[in-house]
Amino acid sequence: MGGVLVALMIVPFVATVASLVAAPRIGKPLTVVAGATSLGLAVSLLGSGRVATALAGWLRVDSLSLVFLLAVAFLYASTALFAVGYVESGQDDGGRYARRFFAGLNLFAWAMLMAPIVSDFALLWVAVEVTTVVSALLVAIDDTDGAVEAAWKYVLIASMGLGLALLATLVMYYAGTATLGSGYELFFPRLLAGAHHFQPEVVRLAFGLAVLGFGSKMGLVPVHTWLPDAHSEAPTPISALLSGALLTVSFYAILRFYQVTRLAVGSAFPRDVLLVFGIASLALAALYVARQRDLKRLLAYSSVEHMGILAIGMSFAAPIAVAGVLLQVLAHAAAKSTAFFGAGSVIRKFGTKDLERVSGGIGALPWSGPMFVLAVLALSAMPPFGLFRSEFLIVEGGLVSSATALTAVLVALVTIAFLGLSWHASQIMLTPLPDGVLRGETSKVMPVAMVVGLAALVLLGVHPPAQLSELITRAAAELGAGR
Amino acid sequence: MHGLSAAASAPSAVTGAAETVAILVLLSEFAMLRAALSRSQVRLYAFQSLAVAALAFIVAAERHIGELYVLGGLSVLLKVLIVPAIIYRVLREAPDDVATSHRFGVASMVLLAIVLSGFGIFVVGTMPIHSKLLPVLALAVAAAVILVAFLLVIVRSDVVSQAVGFFSLENGVSLASFVLAAGLPLIAEVAFLFDLLVAVVVFGVLMRVHHGRSASLSTRPLERLRG
Repeated sequence: MGGVLVALMIVPFVATVASLVAAPRIGKPLTVVAGATSLGLAVSLLGSGRVATALAGWLRVDSLSLVFLLAVAFLYASTALFAVGYVESGQDDGGRYARRFFAGLNLFAWAMLMAPIVSDFALLWVAVEVTTVVSALLVAIDDTDGAVEAAWKYVLIASMGLGLALLATLVMYYAGTATLGSGYELFFPRLLAGAHHFQPEVVRLAFGLAVLGFGSKMGLVPVHTWLPDAHSEAPTPISALLSGALLTVSFYAILRFYQVTRLAVGSAFPRDVLLVFGIASLALAALYVARQRDLKRLLAYSSVEHMGILAIGMSFAAPIAVAGVLLQVLAHAAAKSTAFFGAGSVIRKFGTKDLERVSGGIGALPWSGPMFVLAVLALSAMPPFGLFRSEFLIVEGGLVSSATALTAVLVALVTIAFLGLSWHASQIMLTPLPDGVLRGETSKVMPVAMVVGLAALVLLGVHPPAQLSELITRAAAELGAGR
Repeated sequence: MHGLSAAASAPSAVTGAAETVAILVLLSEFAMLRAALSRSQVRLYAFQSLAVAALAFIVAAERHIGELYVLGGLSVLLKVLIVPAIIYRVLREAPDDVATSHRFGVASMVLLAIVLSGFGIFVVGTMPIHSKLLPVLALAVAAAVILVAFLLVIVRSDVVSQAVGFFSLENGVSLASFVLAAGLPLIAEVAFLFDLLVAVVVFGVLMRVHHGRSASLSTRPLERLRG
């Protein structure tokens, strides 16, 4: 299985270089092939049920990493497909924009794939930082006033946050020196093996810094402020990657710290920290969703909401809640990307992101319109989609953990967010088509990417494959669920 | 406050030198906070980076850690020469060198910075952290530098100050790493430095794009997106 990890490291990188030097007519299909190949490679790791390692242990994929790897690889594949239609239909400058765009997209995907593959806290930090600098340039690529402002805020806030995350990594290193000596590699298994002997105060400090630092990239309130700007101003395929993959990659980094912290100081402390950030994120996002006037900002705040749900889910002791969190990572990736793809079609069709200037979406976009509505329903945790199953598991986990009041708060806030999201979606979609807007899709390829996302959501909601369910159970066990 | 006592095994001359250099790092952070000219800030950043590299050399010489010489050398190359050169290049294209971008008065900013520094030093003092290589005062100072770097980014509304604030935060983290993780494998340290270089290039690109669009280094035009 080691070869698969090496291939995952090489494929997107080759696609990056090729997209940069070759003409867009080659770079575009190559990006789709690289995305599909990466997804295929990630899925091929599902079957083994074992930990895959390569390059003398520097690359390592266990069940927890694989969940996130699947989410990123799926989004890489579907976004590549969507981007082929998106860039084709919007840009005409002799291929310069497309070259930079597809090279950036592949490099961004490469960095996000590397984050769950590397087996060491230091390299994990490096990978997450690389995602920041690459994606900041992609946010700015449209070179509008809004894009430059969003990119500046993003790179500044995320880099400052990651400065704290680096400090967290160093503090965790210090915690390990007591048992592992003064010069050692920060491999996850090594730290997990020695975590019982680490100084609790030092590990608590490391975890707090990690949540604050990586949380600034995950979009946890109050360190989320870059997120709505970057999501709304970036090109839509990049918004989908930011929301569906980047945020969860940062969550993955927090979970790696969570694993060590849980063993060193017990579960209560990291759960309490995540609960505070989770409630703050969910509450603020639920309220902000209702007052949005920009379609992509609406979806961005929905992402903050879902990150809050993930953090709250981790704060519940029951294994079923942790399983729900991991399923939510996958389902949110599919749902949010599909919703962003739909938003991309709407923006292309109506030439605006302003919710008050869009109406009759279903009439105007015969395929993307209904699928956008379905994606919004999926984001609102409606059956038969994957988020219904995952949020059901999280709520059930809350009740099983005797956190009844918290679960009630969770359900109430999710309902508020649902009302806001569905109100806006119905206003732009289920209204009469204004005169002068022709019925028809702006691209034949873009709706295909939405079909892929919805199919994945139905699969996750109705009957997740047995191997995936087993993977999630194993990953939840790696997070110490129930212990 | 046992954590702030000098490491018992460290010779006093080295301890004294290390503490002096650490304090210089913090003082240069304060100077960056109040400096009016962007170019002054960049020069102060270069000086601060030199001080951090000097600390690496002190530890390397005293403890015979060859890797720290390499790290110190790379730090000088990157943070004393390349990063300031990149920002200078941006500034050459920007006529408005005077960064009168304080959101508060200088006295208020410095007072705030003193309070934050005191908080950082006190918090580190309560932690059970000891080092055989350096006095833990260096870590306390690093915490203060990081907090003042955040203040610098918050209270200065021009892109150069904000970028320098981030770079100096990284200096604070470097300083902390000498106490917390002096034995961290060189490959990880080099990866961190390479990452900083990439980040600096991206900051430089965005600063130039911003200046190209708004003909200003001020962040006032960057306050349109809200809600």
